[in-house]
Amino acid sequence: MSNIDLVASSDMEFTRPNLERQLLEGRAIKNNVLTILTWGTAILASVPLLSVMYMLLVRGGTRLFGADFAEVLTALPPAGFEMGGGIGPAIVGTLLMVAIASAISVPFGILAAIYLAMLEPKGKLATTARFLAKVLTGFPSILAGVFVYAVLVISFGYSALAGGVALAVLMLPTVVLAAEEAIKQVPQRMKDAAYGIGCTRTQVIWKVVLPTGLPGILTGVMLAIAGAAGESAPLLFTALFSNYFISELMEPTASLSILIYNFSGMPFENQIELAWTASLVLVLIVLVFNILARLFGQPKV
Amino acid sequence: MTMAAEANFVADPFTPEGDTVIDCKVDKIFYGDFLAVRDSVVPIEKNKITAFIGPSGCGKSTVLRSLNRMNDLINVFRFEGSVMYHGQDIYAKKVDPVVVRRYIGMVFQQPNPFSMSIFDNVAFGLRLNKYKGDLEEKVQKALERAALWNEVKDKLKNSGLSLSGGQQQRLCIARAIATEPDVLLMDEPCSALDPIATRQVEELMLDLRSRFSVALVTHNMQQATRVGDTTAFFSVDISKGGRTGYLVEMGPTAQVFDDPQQQLTKDYVAGEFS
Repeated sequence: MSNIDLVASSDMEFTRPNLERQLLEGRAIKNNVLTILTWGTAILASVPLLSVMYMLLVRGGTRLFGADFAEVLTALPPAGFEMGGGIGPAIVGTLLMVAIASAISVPFGILAAIYLAMLEPKGKLATTARFLAKVLTGFPSILAGVFVYAVLVISFGYSALAGGVALAVLMLPTVVLAAEEAIKQVPQRMKDAAYGIGCTRTQVIWKVVLPTGLPGILTGVMLAIAGAAGESAPLLFTALFSNYFISELMEPTASLSILIYNFSGMPFENQIELAWTASLVLVLIVLVFNILARLFGQPKV
Repeated sequence: MTMAAEANFVADPFTPEGDTVIDCKVDKIFYGDFLAVRDSVVPIEKNKITAFIGPSGCGKSTVLRSLNRMNDLINVFRFEGSVMYHGQDIYAKKVDPVVVRRYIGMVFQQPNPFSMSIFDNVAFGLRLNKYKGDLEEKVQKALERAALWNEVKDKLKNSGLSLSGGQQQRLCIARAIATEPDVLLMDEPCSALDPIATRQVEELMLDLRSRFSVALVTHNMQQATRVGDTTAFFSVDISKGGRTGYLVEMGPTAQVFDDPQQQLTKDYVAGEFS
């Protein structure tokens, strides 16, 4: 205890303050209630995700991790009362259409993003394009299918190519907006450094901006792929369905999402089981893409 | 305004004794409608360090960045005057600013290494110019000249961003000199560095002088006296409502600091400038 008087009269009795936690005080109660509430809602929010994953693993896992997993992954889908069979054509179809969609939307999207973020960020064309891309992100996916139906399917028939184009329409805005954001994140001083060393604008973009923004761009591409892989509505009008492996791009093909839709409504135990398996496979494909993007998107140094 | 006051606003042109590598004559520099710099004749001498000093907003960075057309990246920038480099005006219509920057390199205020390895950072400009010789030897030489080799020789594969601030700035200098430019423009290269790193960079500048010509913007007057052979003092003219920078005085560093010809310079170097 200090002996120095801080107040003039020292004859006042100093009462020892109570520093202990008061659990029943108003603000303490409010504090605790709110803490519990945030915990509770956080747990509640994860319930759907966890229960979906649980159901997928339990119902879909019986076939996928069972003894006949090779058959499930490669064989043709079974007919009516047939046992066994698999989802091979659907896996190939989904991968193929996502590949076509990526091949179209990724280069287009990144080039558009370069224009939006670097070349003419405030131009009229850029403002319009950015606005349209934002509108397009909320575009009902079935309309993408109808659009491609009108443009391609009426003249050339149902095909994997048409399915890929429909998915590309859906992927494009996501890729553009994510890549634009990633390119904008590249610090101006890095661009200055590149210009200062004698880079042309093209070299600045190719050698500095794109490599530096790559992780962000890949994240956007992954989001777009994950969304596109699970789409079913646009494929109904474009790729249709097929029970056989695809042999050329211009013929209809199966896809996991349509297979899930078709088989889950069938009155046969075998098909319903396969629908579950296909759901799990779809989730795993997206997961694998995600992990790959993270691996490749990491800076090399 | 009287003639005497008018004269006070335009510096007597400085004619250096040695060779001039860049002869910069600024008439007017605009950002949009804003007149940023006017009436400044700034010759950059060969194999010397020319220091630009002056208060904030006096246009010294603007003039420096005009010397290799870095300001072209700003849309509203407009340059009136001439920057003669080996007998050519770099602002002539047919001149490619990208080529200008390969001869007149730049080091910036904030260290700005690329997010790639130390080696790739230095090799960047060489690869850009499709350098045919021994890349590794060249990178080593540049890092040695930048006084960084001993610190990084065992970790050339590490990211350039993993280095400390002072090391990053020396890496940027190594990157700038690897392509062997003729002139180095340094825009407050030490303002983000601690005193020890500052000293290393200053020693490096004095050493580089034998091979390069350097133009240096600095806020630190002691730095100008330590490394500058010639000093150009800029100030801000607020008499006409705007904030227009102009050259007040230019001359050998010792003269500018010990025997300034202008009252403004006298006040500034004595620290009495408000």
